[in-house]
Amino acid sequence: MSPWFKIDTKGMDPVFAIQQFLESVLNLDQIGAVLAPLHLPMGHGVMPTLVTDVKQLQHADPLSPAFPLNSAKLVAKLTRKRMDYHLAAVLRPCEIRAVIELVKLNQANLDSVLMIGCDCLGAYTNADYKIYRENQGDDASLQFYRNRIFGKTAAKGIDLSPACQVCEHPVPIGADILIGLFGVGEQDHLFVEAKTPKGEEFLSRLDLAGVEKPDQREQVIEALLTDRKTKRDDMFAVTGQAVNSIEKLSQYLSACVNCYNCRVACPVCYCRECVFTTDVFDHESSQYLKWAERKGVLKMPTDTVFYHITRLAHMSTGCVGCGQCSNACPNDIELMELFRTISYKTQKAFEYEAGRSLEEAPPFSIFREDEFPEVIGVTN
Amino acid sequence: MEAFEPTIIAFVCNWCTYTAADLAGTSRLIYPPNVRLIRVMCTGMVDPKYIIKALLEGADAVLVSGCHPGDCHYINGNFKARRRIKLLKEILPQFGFEEDRLKLTWIGASDGIMFAETIKKMVERIKALGPNECKKQMVI
Repeated sequence: MSPWFKIDTKGMDPVFAIQQFLESVLNLDQIGAVLAPLHLPMGHGVMPTLVTDVKQLQHADPLSPAFPLNSAKLVAKLTRKRMDYHLAAVLRPCEIRAVIELVKLNQANLDSVLMIGCDCLGAYTNADYKIYRENQGDDASLQFYRNRIFGKTAAKGIDLSPACQVCEHPVPIGADILIGLFGVGEQDHLFVEAKTPKGEEFLSRLDLAGVEKPDQREQVIEALLTDRKTKRDDMFAVTGQAVNSIEKLSQYLSACVNCYNCRVACPVCYCRECVFTTDVFDHESSQYLKWAERKGVLKMPTDTVFYHITRLAHMSTGCVGCGQCSNACPNDIELMELFRTISYKTQKAFEYEAGRSLEEAPPFSIFREDEFPEVIGVTN
Repeated sequence: MEAFEPTIIAFVCNWCTYTAADLAGTSRLIYPPNVRLIRVMCTGMVDPKYIIKALLEGADAVLVSGCHPGDCHYINGNFKARRRIKLLKEILPQFGFEEDRLKLTWIGASDGIMFAETIKKMVERIKALGPNECKKQMVI
């Protein structure tokens, strides 16, 4: 049996093909609901939506360049307690990797989840998507798909979000079922592949025609990754330079108003109550004056740099690089760039990669007796 | 200009390094007065926040010191501390904090001499390094 199956794109509309596929998944007895991005009947929004009525899937659109939020936290919300139905969740690769982090942090459970990952074409920032959608009209997603797959020019003046431009994980890892787009070229179908025994079990019930793996796939992915990694390393160099002293870091974060949106948007920042909103930071009124008097000046609200470095200490080893921190920032601080730059080193230090595997324990849940001798002592 | 006298914040565990500091004192060992000891029950409870805050507030260096491997009163708190120090040593230098500004040592309860030596060496190094940038300028 070929592990690859095809779903017909009928008239070159891959969005329609994916909708059909999701309908057949939801029609399975074991599947109670599908979580997927849907065009809302109101406004121009595409939002993660929990669907139980098959008819509603005609609005599903996983290829849309909209990425309003990382759905990993929604999967956590839906699965934290035992479910009595199976959920099919259609997720971007960075959402899957965040879910994997949350599972390891005991915030989500995959026992009753079928994760469907689609090759990711990237997304626009929320601000750019709004412009794109308004200019492009109803076939915005199809147009986006064609541009991305066939290398046609992107929409005028709009590029992928900075996070997507440097993302080296456009192919989902950890999904039960993969919907393959890369390497499809001009063919009249997309590919579906089971990546886990669970995925295989569900796919086998779907009555899909087998097909060969597209020849071009590996090359297409390889070329994409080479480009992304070059851009990523450039970004690391530029950002590293931009924050390499406390003066520069302060400047980098100077527009921050301590709204903590980046923390709320972060899929792996999972604390129910963040220390920065507790009474630890409810200082005596007179305290501020004392602080101000030390240097004659105190920026209010205080502890901005402290907040960001602490968040780096707390979750940089779990950062999946989805870029939602930047997307959520009302003051356009380049947070994704900062977090990815720092995280790259912290994850390397612990030989860890966020979202890579359910088996790898998060760095701060384990230790070894014999490790990191270089950090001990005063003189080394 | 007055000579630079660094301020070092030391988080020391109740069972080993604090006791060693106590021993250094009762043994009348002489070491520089630049260190401010904060006694914690275990280095495993030293949240990275404490260290970050100390440095951002202008401490010239932070020392975390606890029991030798295998001696932790809580079995493995010092191993957890070591991972957190490793993490901070990856993060803080990227923002220009020199590696020397954060140190982790194991000093047992009977090592009064070692405690005094450690503080001496650390003060020397920080004097050579100069003051923490955060002391001089506005940090938002």
